[in-house]
Amino acid sequence: MTSFLHATIIAGTPLFLSTLGEILNEKAGNLNLGVEGMMLMGAVAGFLAAKGTNNAFLAILCSILFGCIGALIYAFLTITLRANQTVTGLALTIFGSGISSFIGQNLSGKVVPDRVKYFLSPIKLPLLGDIPFLGKVFFTQDIIVYFSYILAFAAAFYFYKTRIGLNLKAVGENPYAADAVSINVALYKYVNILAGGALCGLSGGYLSLIYVPAWQNNITSGRGWIAVALVIFAAWNPCKALLGAYLFGGLDIIGFRIQDGFISKYFLDMLPYLVTIIILTLFSFKRSKKNSPPKFLGLPYFREER
Amino acid sequence: MVNQVRFVRRDKVDKYTNIKVKLISIVAAFFIMSLFLIMLKINPKDAFIGMIKGAFGSPLRIRQTTIKAVPLIITSLGILTAFKMKFWNIGGEGQILMGAFGASILALFYNGFNSTTLLLLMALSAAVFGGLYALISAVLKIYFKTNETIVTLMLNYIALKFITYLQYGPWKDKKALGFPKIANFPDKALLPNLLGVNVGWIIALILIILVYIFMNHTKKGYEIAIIGESINTARYAGINIKAVTILCVFLSGALCGITGFIQSSGVNGTLSVEIAGGVGYTAIIIAYLSNLKEPFILIVSVLFAALLQGSSYIETSLKIPNSAALILQSLILFCILSSEIFTTYRLKFKD
Amino acid sequence: MKPLVSLKNIDKSFGKVKALCDVSLDIYEGEIHTILGENGAGKSTLINILSGIYAPDKGEISIFGRKVNLSSPRDAISNGIGTVYQHFKLVESMTVKENILLGQRDKDKDFNKKIEYILKKYDIKVNLEKYIEDMSVGERQIVEILKVLYRGAKVLILDEPTTVFTPQEAEKLFNIMRKIKEERCSVIFISHKMDEVIKISNRISVLRKGNFIKTLDKERTSIEELTRLMVGENVDLKIRKRESKKEKDFNKTSNNNELSIDKKSEEKRELSLRDVLIKVEGISLTEDVKKVFNNISFDVKKGEIFGIAGIAGSGQRELCEALAGVRKIKKGDIIFEGENLTGKSVREFMKKGINLGFVPEDRLGMGLVGSMDMVDNLMLKSYQLEKSPFLNRKPFKERAIELVKKLNIKTPDVNYPIKYLSGGNIQKILLGREIYINPKLLILVYPVRGLDINTCYTIYNIINEEREKGNSVIFVGEDLDILIELCDRIMVMSRGEVTKIVDSKDATKEKLGLLMLGMKDGESGEIC
Repeated sequence: MTSFLHATIIAGTPLFLSTLGEILNEKAGNLNLGVEGMMLMGAVAGFLAAKGTNNAFLAILCSILFGCIGALIYAFLTITLRANQTVTGLALTIFGSGISSFIGQNLSGKVVPDRVKYFLSPIKLPLLGDIPFLGKVFFTQDIIVYFSYILAFAAAFYFYKTRIGLNLKAVGENPYAADAVSINVALYKYVNILAGGALCGLSGGYLSLIYVPAWQNNITSGRGWIAVALVIFAAWNPCKALLGAYLFGGLDIIGFRIQDGFISKYFLDMLPYLVTIIILTLFSFKRSKKNSPPKFLGLPYFREER
Repeated sequence: MVNQVRFVRRDKVDKYTNIKVKLISIVAAFFIMSLFLIMLKINPKDAFIGMIKGAFGSPLRIRQTTIKAVPLIITSLGILTAFKMKFWNIGGEGQILMGAFGASILALFYNGFNSTTLLLLMALSAAVFGGLYALISAVLKIYFKTNETIVTLMLNYIALKFITYLQYGPWKDKKALGFPKIANFPDKALLPNLLGVNVGWIIALILIILVYIFMNHTKKGYEIAIIGESINTARYAGINIKAVTILCVFLSGALCGITGFIQSSGVNGTLSVEIAGGVGYTAIIIAYLSNLKEPFILIVSVLFAALLQGSSYIETSLKIPNSAALILQSLILFCILSSEIFTTYRLKFKD
Repeated sequence: MKPLVSLKNIDKSFGKVKALCDVSLDIYEGEIHTILGENGAGKSTLINILSGIYAPDKGEISIFGRKVNLSSPRDAISNGIGTVYQHFKLVESMTVKENILLGQRDKDKDFNKKIEYILKKYDIKVNLEKYIEDMSVGERQIVEILKVLYRGAKVLILDEPTTVFTPQEAEKLFNIMRKIKEERCSVIFISHKMDEVIKISNRISVLRKGNFIKTLDKERTSIEELTRLMVGENVDLKIRKRESKKEKDFNKTSNNNELSIDKKSEEKRELSLRDVLIKVEGISLTEDVKKVFNNISFDVKKGEIFGIAGIAGSGQRELCEALAGVRKIKKGDIIFEGENLTGKSVREFMKKGINLGFVPEDRLGMGLVGSMDMVDNLMLKSYQLEKSPFLNRKPFKERAIELVKKLNIKTPDVNYPIKYLSGGNIQKILLGREIYINPKLLILVYPVRGLDINTCYTIYNIINEEREKGNSVIFVGEDLDILIELCDRIMVMSRGEVTKIVDSKDATKEKLGLLMLGMKDGESGEIC
């Protein structure tokens, strides 16, 4: 049981990172369906860098950078050129999967170098790691998992307790109002979308460097899309996103755990996708004032200059 | 003062500017792709000429291109039908797979008919399976306001896992010596050829005309367009929104299902997980680039088929991974998306 | 005395359209300066230039005698110009306090001190923790004003602030405006309601078709002069109503198109007024646990113009949509010529041959499809009556051509997407379609909103023509003067309920205003 929950956290972490990335996008009023693409870009870049440099830090940095590049394309198109957000996001996903399988063509089956693996292996935290049960599950993990804990609370603080968080909310809820009080709408959107891209890239890097850790084509296998659905489940709240990601992380690995069981492995593989639909349905149905999306989600904003 | 660039609305939007801007953006996409290829030390000229050769260089290659164009055309028509209503069906992949599954049930297990009847029944079954599979998202949207984009996408993965399950499990061909594949269809369940290509291309052409008439000249098509433009107007006009939505999404899925039928019966000769092969996603791009106009679907689909065929040709001749086609597709899409603003706005430089 | 704001020779064009041409204007300290003009006269362009949204092509702006360059809203507010737009720019899911604080760096403590000072100084009462979505239009307006005052505005621009107000709410706003004036700041007031303009302004500047016409002192002008300057010709701004008694008063100015009504039709009308066309009994509508309207009862007689007044969002729009079958009600009865329509859909109405015309508030969002052409828009309801599953566009094309001629619709051709047409032409297409079927009941929700005066009066005349034919009209309006003049009876709604139905002969603006606020007797009571 402990090892199952431990693995759940690891499987949930990339989901959390990309969910938070999408939350940043949506808070700024942009529906970014390119999560999967940015993750794939980050995954392949991180893996390639790990192979090339043998340096875990550089590998992670490369993942983040590539996620950002994907986000930059999206941001430029949707903010500056006011392109349709849905289609741009889809295009980004196609682009990401093209780039990743193009670059990853000769990497299939290769594994992450030991030095990198070692650096990213679990570290037991002093004191906290000694707590029975919880210590093993939560505090004997790799650095990115620890980083994600901090991130959840930092993001919640940013959204709910700071002035720039308030301004960000205005940008997503009513950019016309934000613009009228001299908030730089485009700047807010760019910064948050790029930060979101960085998280998606990191999430992809986590998959190829830590979770798998080897290269396989289409390594994300729909996790980016689950992240988009998780945002709704989490009601745009980073802490709830953490919970949701762990729930789905658990579903993700359940197929591996129940080997040779009474149900076929392939049926269990469907589970995360099926549960996504069910949860999405339940949460769309009982949508209240509090967990409704930003009002300007998906709509382009421009100050009308005739 | 710093030079400032801003967008100024054009006085009038005309067709000429529109076409000009689109052409420029396609050229731009090829230009960016060239830069990318040069970075990889590949001569872009060789690559592009190789692609054209690969797509149209010989009668065999033209046939191959046609075979690739057929599923794109039919699936794009399906996507178009849903997109007209602003129902974002991106579940083409799953609907193709389920359509192929529907055809396979008959082909493999209930094939006691003559060839023509069997093929017709297979097509019908494929359409119904594809349509019903798409309907899941429509029903969830109507009754629970669930976002159809994510649902249709998840359904793609579920369909994929389901066919994988069949292929590795109950439907595994025992004669294949442990190799995980489903048995081949009997000969009478295979689509006949016409001019060297399976008759799918005729079906595709007929469907273009039928969809065109349906969308533009029937009451139901008109109602779909109204719902797509404004739900409130539809309500005002007394349109039965639920019924039309269900019909529209069913048709959308049914068309994708027919693609599954043609792919399994006309191309692969059996059901397999590779049957959709990204067609569902490419069709979204095609529908978008065609501006949701049926005749353009034909042109754009053929061009995309050439792109796919050409890139699989240069994969062997120039050792360029065929995912290059995906990159080029998305680049074209990016460039067209960026260009859209220039059809209604122009740049103004001021100091 | 030096002007606070001074505009010199401002030019601004959009493409080939000259929106402003050589406009010069001075605004002095401590004055309320009204800018008067029709739709399209350039008022909003002028405001947008002053608030830093558009840059003028030519000309200069000085504030306190210093030349300034207003290239963004930030520039405008830092120069002391604060704008309250007609369409509020508030975040609904935030509180008043959060809205005021948006984009500011002030600490909470400083905010409290500053806001308290402002509230006291201008004598404004508002709950800072209340969410905007729970506020009425009047309250929201005050939040907008607070927002610009908090940012230290010296010049306040109010863009058509009273359009949707009751006279009492407007009075509250005027009090704040007077306070601002006393604080030696100025207010630029945009309006087209003549009596308000005369009442509150010190000086009035008139714009017409982008040209600056004249600045006048309030003391030395009259409504007649202002109207003449604004429209540019002698127009008769009276509705051609037939009651012979009233008619004499109306015909002071000459008018060639006057409809002559003989005595016979007058008698017929008297007779038909006894027959009830539609009777509504105790209908209610609840959506998302919120009561939209509750227990509404009234009837409309044949040949009657039945007005509905109320503050925006009092349920009048939804009521009309329910009458037209667009929204389904579960409780109560709607009886149309003896037939119960409750719960029936628009399609069932049409199948039964019930002729009902409906012009909804949201023209392009509900009544029409913007991206389609005139032909496809004219089909919108009638296509269902055809038996074939295919569309037959031919008769509608002929109808479109006929309509273009009859109502003088300006469009390149009938296959041109209607969203590119002007608001007036769009409304003519919508109204034209609805009266084509010769409806027994025509329901109009804010039919003249945002239209120029000439189109407004075209529409008023169409309404009168309908009555002439013995048809009935339900008219939801915001201009109380017009309602009183046009309608036979007026039903006043407040918070989803009927306050009272009054005969327009006995109605006054003030009385209607009190009723709109929910005071049943419509005479006394504190204005809160």
